[in-house]
Amino acid sequence: MKPFTYERAGSPAAAARAAAGNPGARFIAGGTNLLDLMKLQIEAPAHLIDVNGLALTAIEPTVEGGLRIGALVRNTDLAADARVRRDYGLLSRALLAGASGQLRNKATTAGNLLQRTRCPYFYDTNQPCNKRRPGSGCAALQGFSRQLAVIGGSDACIATHPSDMAVALRALDAVVETVRPDGAARRIPLAELYRAPGDTPHRETMLEPGELITAVTLPPPVGGAQIYRKVRDRASYAFALVSVAAIVQRDGTAQVALGGVAPRPWRVEAAEPALRRGAGAAAAAILAGATPTHENAFKLTLVERTLHQVLAEARS
Amino acid sequence: MKFDTPATTNPIDQMKVVGQPLSRIEGPLKTAGRAPYAYEQHDVVPHQAYGHVLVAAIAKGRIRGMDLAAARAAPGVLAIVTAANAGALGKGAMNTARLLAGPEIEHYHQAIGVVVAESFEQARAAAALVQVDYAEAPGAHDLAAARAAAVVPRSRADSTLGDFAGAFAAAPVQLDATYTTPAHSHAMMEPHASLAAWDGDSLVVWTSNQMIDWTVGDLARTLAMPKEKVRLISPFIGGGFGGKLFLRADTLLAALGARAARRPVKVALTRPMIANNTTHRPATIQRIRIGATPDGMITAIGHESWSGNLAGGKPENAVEQTDLLYAGAHRLSALRLAVVDLPEGNAMRAPGEAPGLMALEIAMDEMAEKLGIDPVAFRVLNDTQVDPEQPARRFSQRQLVECLQQGAARFGWEQRDPRPAQRREGRWLIGLGVAAGLRNNLTMKSGARLRLDRQGQVIVETDMTDIGTGSYTIIAQTAAEMMGVGIDQVTVRLGDSRFPVSAGSGGQWGANSATAGVYAACVKLRETVAQRLGLDPALAVFADGQVRVGNRSLPLGQAAGAEGIVVEDSIEYGDLGRRYQQSTFAAHFVEAAVDSATGETRIRRMLAVCAAGRILNPKTARSQVIGAMTMGVGAALMEELAVDRQRGFFVNHDLASYEVPVHADIPHQEVIFLDETDPMSSPMKAKGIGELGLCGVAAAIANAIHNATGTRLRDYPLTLDKLIGHLPALA
Repeated sequence: MKPFTYERAGSPAAAARAAAGNPGARFIAGGTNLLDLMKLQIEAPAHLIDVNGLALTAIEPTVEGGLRIGALVRNTDLAADARVRRDYGLLSRALLAGASGQLRNKATTAGNLLQRTRCPYFYDTNQPCNKRRPGSGCAALQGFSRQLAVIGGSDACIATHPSDMAVALRALDAVVETVRPDGAARRIPLAELYRAPGDTPHRETMLEPGELITAVTLPPPVGGAQIYRKVRDRASYAFALVSVAAIVQRDGTAQVALGGVAPRPWRVEAAEPALRRGAGAAAAAILAGATPTHENAFKLTLVERTLHQVLAEARS
Repeated sequence: MKFDTPATTNPIDQMKVVGQPLSRIEGPLKTAGRAPYAYEQHDVVPHQAYGHVLVAAIAKGRIRGMDLAAARAAPGVLAIVTAANAGALGKGAMNTARLLAGPEIEHYHQAIGVVVAESFEQARAAAALVQVDYAEAPGAHDLAAARAAAVVPRSRADSTLGDFAGAFAAAPVQLDATYTTPAHSHAMMEPHASLAAWDGDSLVVWTSNQMIDWTVGDLARTLAMPKEKVRLISPFIGGGFGGKLFLRADTLLAALGARAARRPVKVALTRPMIANNTTHRPATIQRIRIGATPDGMITAIGHESWSGNLAGGKPENAVEQTDLLYAGAHRLSALRLAVVDLPEGNAMRAPGEAPGLMALEIAMDEMAEKLGIDPVAFRVLNDTQVDPEQPARRFSQRQLVECLQQGAARFGWEQRDPRPAQRREGRWLIGLGVAAGLRNNLTMKSGARLRLDRQGQVIVETDMTDIGTGSYTIIAQTAAEMMGVGIDQVTVRLGDSRFPVSAGSGGQWGANSATAGVYAACVKLRETVAQRLGLDPALAVFADGQVRVGNRSLPLGQAAGAEGIVVEDSIEYGDLGRRYQQSTFAAHFVEAAVDSATGETRIRRMLAVCAAGRILNPKTARSQVIGAMTMGVGAALMEELAVDRQRGFFVNHDLASYEVPVHADIPHQEVIFLDETDPMSSPMKAKGIGELGLCGVAAAIANAIHNATGTRLRDYPLTLDKLIGHLPALA
């Protein structure tokens, strides 16, 4: 860990201004990912802006009848919120499928969205990684890729986004609210938050330098059967090989997002009408154009079979 | 004390303290955080500095140059030691790769230096400033590819009996199958850590090590100094599993760093270093051939195993148990060793038997299926009470059949449908599996010193270690039983090289041998006490803090007088281990559920029935076995050091990516110990248990998965990607 300076932000706009004025700065909230990365010298910020004191901890109704979740709401509190459990069960289930109780107590809503990949080559500073050291290459393409992306990646990077929560939020049509260094707020649909890796996989989101997430909003409840199914090698405390976040209505229409398969929560709205024809057709449509490696091609079958199970469960 | 005739009745047989399910005597220290582990020895010497290890970024090659200037100038830096300035170093007798490399690099994350600074953070930050220029060399990183060039290892010639090839070819029913097991990491909770302090030319190291005397010897050898000048202290060890049997880089670099910085220096390996810097259980490729008559008698059994290691390293002996477990007139077992440029392979819990039984006990299940015989009955049918290669040599005790039969009854084995893929509960496919376990009982010379004071307090000192196993407790129980005092009258001091050399903790030999050493010292102390009290040692009864002959009874402490009594002795073994085959046996039963859509396997029930001599403490022994069963679940379902075959290293080198079971993976576990005493093993009549608990577990799970799904998996770990192509069609 290299020495760094530290400040506590007084307001969201002040935090954004401070970050924009200091290119080596990082926001810190729960720190459950950033501190690990700093210890491993994968992240070496010169300056930390602590946002924990900001008043972004409320979960409140929106005028549209949805819910606004403050950026600093802890994962534990979000999962346990009565309104979330009643109207957005998918989100609660996805949160509880991730990390551990201790981590969820610290981790925040915005931090969860911005956590970095768990690709093992990203985590080893001796290895080439375009995400960690732009232009150095990607060791994973020819290496150990069992966990990595089958779709949405590029020749420069096949890292996956590790969040469970973000997969649920994507299925729920969540929108991210931010404040920019000039104090202006904007709304970014979660569908547009994450960049495709292309040849710049180190640029992970559409956020501008200094831009701070202040909240995540959910549209009014849509009901339906809400299922989060996470498939993994051990029963708990593991990242998804594949996860399925599904909202299935009685008429068979459904919204589905996948985790564990792509650099971002993977949802293809145009493929969703195919869900009425069953998992096989839908999975083929959702994963059209997939380019798995030899080691992770099983995920294509796994997605189809998991989706089949989820749809069956939704019907029952 | 020489142990060369079978044990007869002795005070241990009273079982007033020994054999009782006592809680660990050091448990309150650990739960209260008052048991200092190596890196927590903050107060033993002042002015401690911190070392951070530099590790190689390549798998094989040479260091062309190291630029240390920026690191030397970094804040707080006191010293940097590399091979270039460490002076001439020897190599430990038990090390294959050098613990401080340079300029030659033998494996990824091999230590190439240590940066010492005032604080841990400064040392780590400075270490990141070191620039190393490497010349990479090509290497062989893939066991399967290197297999063709494998040779017979020097350590073990092929073992043959009769005409294996002819008998196998002639057998009416044949199995010929190949199995693979991946490399495993010990993944112990406490990382390797040492604090070293020099006093002139004497060195003291507080560390975390299973085998004190081996490591003192190898540290002295590496530093080219007299063994007497080295002291090792390792009172508490947060798990080892064989990963801490030997001198490792943390200890050597703490010593070198302390010499260079002229300060005590503390070094811990960080978690991401452990998989590649330290040792691991090597991967294997195993071919098993079994020939049998239609009624299930094995006529030919052959087991060959390929493993790799660095040049000069040892093979994984995955075939040893196959020489002993089942009858059969024609036999072959063989090891082949390839040179593989991966980190050093070495012992991990039940080395040899653990991976060997992962394969053999699937093969036995496959053969039972071919024969149409129940897998329990097939094993019972082929039991042997003698060493098949030397029939005059009997097993000292062998209750494998009893383990299998009692286990089958207890587990409800009769509910198992011999046809696979028959039982379904909702989305889950349910199956039952069984496997046998064998682990040999090794005996090692072991010493202890006893101190008795006038209050009748007994202090035991031995360099035996407690790696979380219960050594403190069973040693206290032994001394209490022998001296006729309560366990609260006994103090146990372990893990210090100033104490008599013990068996140490490895190969499941520690419990029996170390307590037998304490037994020997207690016999000597009893004689001394009786003589001092003017009592006949042959007639003296030690009980309730008193020494009694007839109706004359004197307090034990009275013999000690003001100065106390100090005695020392050791147990040394004769040839009973050669005359009798000493082994421990288990039967493992598992109920597994496989998700019919995804292929995820979750364990529902586990039972181990163990026959392992006298159980010194059923509570600590049970903990050993359920821990081992848990490790077996890991080996079956998830543990694999993933090899990058081009770059030559274990990629998943942290506990987020090298998965071991979590609580949610472990169901109800039951352990039964059969009543057994083994007079050939030691005066304690005990044997080991800590490794037996692992032997066969993974195969029982593989067999349960087969029973659940009809799919025979032969490549560990048994992950869903290997099953998913064979699951029922989607309905």
